[in-house]
Amino acid sequence: MKFTLSWLKDHLETEATLNEITDMLTMVGLEVEEVDDPAAKFAPFQVAYVESAEQHPDADRLRVCMVNTGDEIVQVVCGAPNARAGMKGVFAPSGSTIPGSGLVLTPAKIRGVESSGMLCSEREMGMSDEHDGIIELAGDAEVGTPFASLMGLDDPVIEIAITPNRPDCLGVYGIARDLAAAGLGTLRDVPPEQIKPAFQSDLKIELRFDADNADACPAFGGRRVRGLKNGSSPAWMQRRLRAIGLRPINALVDITNYVCYDRGRPLHVYDAAKVEGVLHARLGKEGDHYLALDGKEYDADGEMCVIADDNNILGFGGVMGGVASGCTEATTEVIIESALFDPIRTAMTGRRTGILSDARYRFERGVDPAFMVPGIELATKLVLELCGGEPAEIVIAGEAPVPEKIIEFPITEVKRLTGLDMPARESKVILGMLGFWVAGGGSEKSFRVAVPSWRPDIHGKADLVEEVVRISGVDRIKATPMPRLNDVAKPILTLAQRRRFNARRTLAARGMNEAVTWSFISPEQAKAFGGGSEDLVLANPISNELSNMRPGLLPGLIIAAQRNADRGYPEAAIFEVGPGYKGTGETEQYMAAAGIRRASAHMAGSGRHWSEASGNVDIFDAKADAIAALSAAGAPVDNLVVHDTAPSWYHPGRSGALQLGPKNVLACFGEIHPGTLEALDVAGPIVGFEVFLDNIPAPRARATRTRPALDASDLQPLKRDFAFIVEHGVAAGDLLRAARGADKNLITGVRLFDLFEGDRAARALGDGYKSLGLEVTLQPREKTLTDEEIEAVGAKIVAQVEKVTGGKLRG
Amino acid sequence: MTDIEKIEADLTAAIAAAGDDAALEDVRVQALGKKGQVNELLKGLGAMSPQERKSMGPALNGLKARLTDAIQSRRTELRGEALEARLATEKVDATLPVRPGPLQDGRIHPVSQVVDEVAAIFSDMGFSIAEGPDIENDENNFTALNIPAEHPARQMHDTFYFGEQEDGSRKLLRTHTSPVQIRTMKTQEPPIRIVVPGRTYRCDSDQTHTPMFHQIEGLVIDKESHMGHLRWILEEFCKAFFEVEEVKMRFRPSYFPFTEPSLEVDINCRRDGNEVRFGEGDDWLEILGCGMVHSNVLTNCGLDPEVYQGFAWGMGIDRIAMLKYGMPDLRAFFDADSRWINHYGFKPLDIPGLVGGLSS
Repeated sequence: MKFTLSWLKDHLETEATLNEITDMLTMVGLEVEEVDDPAAKFAPFQVAYVESAEQHPDADRLRVCMVNTGDEIVQVVCGAPNARAGMKGVFAPSGSTIPGSGLVLTPAKIRGVESSGMLCSEREMGMSDEHDGIIELAGDAEVGTPFASLMGLDDPVIEIAITPNRPDCLGVYGIARDLAAAGLGTLRDVPPEQIKPAFQSDLKIELRFDADNADACPAFGGRRVRGLKNGSSPAWMQRRLRAIGLRPINALVDITNYVCYDRGRPLHVYDAAKVEGVLHARLGKEGDHYLALDGKEYDADGEMCVIADDNNILGFGGVMGGVASGCTEATTEVIIESALFDPIRTAMTGRRTGILSDARYRFERGVDPAFMVPGIELATKLVLELCGGEPAEIVIAGEAPVPEKIIEFPITEVKRLTGLDMPARESKVILGMLGFWVAGGGSEKSFRVAVPSWRPDIHGKADLVEEVVRISGVDRIKATPMPRLNDVAKPILTLAQRRRFNARRTLAARGMNEAVTWSFISPEQAKAFGGGSEDLVLANPISNELSNMRPGLLPGLIIAAQRNADRGYPEAAIFEVGPGYKGTGETEQYMAAAGIRRASAHMAGSGRHWSEASGNVDIFDAKADAIAALSAAGAPVDNLVVHDTAPSWYHPGRSGALQLGPKNVLACFGEIHPGTLEALDVAGPIVGFEVFLDNIPAPRARATRTRPALDASDLQPLKRDFAFIVEHGVAAGDLLRAARGADKNLITGVRLFDLFEGDRAARALGDGYKSLGLEVTLQPREKTLTDEEIEAVGAKIVAQVEKVTGGKLRG
Repeated sequence: MTDIEKIEADLTAAIAAAGDDAALEDVRVQALGKKGQVNELLKGLGAMSPQERKSMGPALNGLKARLTDAIQSRRTELRGEALEARLATEKVDATLPVRPGPLQDGRIHPVSQVVDEVAAIFSDMGFSIAEGPDIENDENNFTALNIPAEHPARQMHDTFYFGEQEDGSRKLLRTHTSPVQIRTMKTQEPPIRIVVPGRTYRCDSDQTHTPMFHQIEGLVIDKESHMGHLRWILEEFCKAFFEVEEVKMRFRPSYFPFTEPSLEVDINCRRDGNEVRFGEGDDWLEILGCGMVHSNVLTNCGLDPEVYQGFAWGMGIDRIAMLKYGMPDLRAFFDADSRWINHYGFKPLDIPGLVGGLSS
């Protein structure tokens, strides 16, 4: 909402400065977005007198002028054809910025002649495109007068943001009312005068709705004015309209726009000669079609409210009128329309047609039903003033529904909601100033407050509290410490939150960078990772690239790795802790910690280093990340078993799933499938992991924090090495588990220290075999083990391994 | 010079002259071995008179002890020299660079870090952290929050919708974290003190808007909390979060359908490029919206507005991160550019807390 300071002062008698006014607007909830004070822009420019204008000695088209600015005589070289002695023009001193071009003037020599400042054209002043000559001012313009005030260009334009609950402030009058209530002046509260009809018209207006849809347009008022002459609106009106960004068209149209902004009352003016028969409002029907004032053609549908005559539809009610019935310079008789349209239907029509208009904006927020008729009176007055003519009587169809809302307002309510101890008297005064009617108080415990017709946003006592505190000043509310609920703050993270926190910090501590990527990805990416189902596709995505809810976190990370590679950073180690989506149900969102490593981005560091052989990451980098994250999140990692059940986006031979039991997958890891990378147009190799945090079983609640006693033996542990020859397909994990289980009491550790496989192993061990070297730790419990006892454990290990894996001790 | 003296002088010289362990061992055998010179002399004692024996015995034993000591000290000397010589050959180039290690390489995203900071502050004030799903229904995101279907406020939210379900309804991506207010009030008895961080979505995209962003929301419901308490919480929060002694805040009346009265809050600051200094200058930056929970919202959640009251506030996590740490562009938050995360991210052990400080 834009308006100018002088416009505001039409309604508000005030001595307040521009700054006081804008500060107060913001503090009563009408947030100032921009103040354009052209006075500041035009300040350097003054009326000046050209005392002499001589031909430039060295240029045919230039004149050397001696210019009297009121303060001094300045020499100006001027190229304008109309520059001559004895004229008055607009002088821009050197150092000033020319509004039209943004150029800063500096003294210069033009073809050898000193020149300081310039005489300006309209274009240079930013007033129009006129640049054939410099501005010529009337002879009585006083030298030294500020140009802006001479031209009425010094009216500051204020733009405020109006929240959707305040349709009453979509007119300058409503804004003035708020400011007056806040103590910034006096509201000029003069209702529009009632204009006596000069003749009786044959105007017929009808509302043609069935009972169910009567609220589409509950009231419609109109008035004929005849014998008028439509021309340009006066300069003051044009200046104000231009200042708020509207283009003056002709007096009749300008009047409707002016009243719309002045009082928040949308109007329409029809050329009466172009309206045939009964003017009426009805719902649209098949074939309804018109050319609107925005130059576009629209079709109406059965839910839209249209205005029509006997033959055509003239416009969408409350949205936009049509070209055919519009006013032109030739118009001599009009029908002024002031009606009420249903906010919801108006908004719907606006959305379906895409029409944004000042009328729609106001009707969909709610216009003052009580001002429908005064709106016609105000418009009539302006029409008569600017276009002449004589008015007929006002014709009204339907009845404006003016709700009578009474709110019981307890005197204690302000204190209850704000903590502010405000005298009841003060609340009463403020509400009164805002146009509320307040009864009671005194010895009673509450007021009865009637809500004015222009405040559709006021429903209950909390709304009244807001009115009172916003006008009296929100800053009066003092900070009040809240009582502590606990003397020592309690931990607040839930198990799931703590898991995410720990997994995140642990992965970062493994040298990875945390990323936050979009929750939505492209359909191709979603499909490549098991997603893409119809119910997870956005109906109105920002782009196809961001249209599918992600089934997991890997695609976003893989794409990010490629972006980094494209920028010259191929070694990505990135992770994300966030949601994935299996469906739109609230239990179908799951939390995952996922990460990827690309090229040589190992935990120890990435890229080549003198201290170690460089090489690409492999499945085991991802496995280590997964186990670290699981462990941090509290998973029983020692009990997890690796299965070859990783999903299709992993390399089938270089991946695994960490499971607890046959069904519960806690994590997957491995090399990303080359085909998947190709589908995403990403260069590998990339390894990745996904940890499904929600699948980790919750730990048992513990009664105390006491830990079990330390079981440290006085006897030294001893280590024995074993090498087993097994078939190539035997899983090391099975063999390790078999060895570990051979004597649960004595064996406290089994470590795989050697893996011998490949061509050399085939030659040494036979085709299809490999050798695994184990270091077994034995912890004697009561006494030192004898050689025989150690032998016996060794035999058990060999037997168990052979039983489980078919492996034989390597000789 | 007696024989003994001569032998001692010769052997002592030989010990000193021994250049390595082997040479020293030769001297030792020659002097103290079974057939060594000292032993030969000791063997002669038996043939001596008791008188002679009385003087020669101690003399020879003294000689033996002195020679033993001399050999021992020479041996220590030789070993020291040998070690020095060996170490001299073992010199490496200590300027060779080492890997900085994963704790130096890893980074926490500013959004996570700021959530941890905010959690540290609000945990001290007795708040817990509530969460809810990103995919919501119309009821929780709008209707229960006093935003009916045709309310103009819905135009303030550019909502992402999913396709129509069988019953004609549509799921949506939550446009704010406020649905979690509804979920909490419907299931939890007051007093309620929660903060709600999370992902939120609006179809909007430019330098300051991304289709996904993060909000944090606060909710207090009990029988007496009012706007004075709200003001205190927000002022204390801003001081703690921005780590400044004083902040100047401006509360402006505003409008949200789910609060009444509603306020927007600006924070006083001075902007200098990307750097924002709080508590000085005369710029006002809008940082959050808040208000008393609307009676309709309480009623929608089954709470009697005549008994219960409270307030809520919401702000952008990304936005307060940008204000505090000076990132110029919101879009970069979601780009996973390694240069950006290395620069603006946090080390894994920079864990925000009220004891050690929010940021180091």
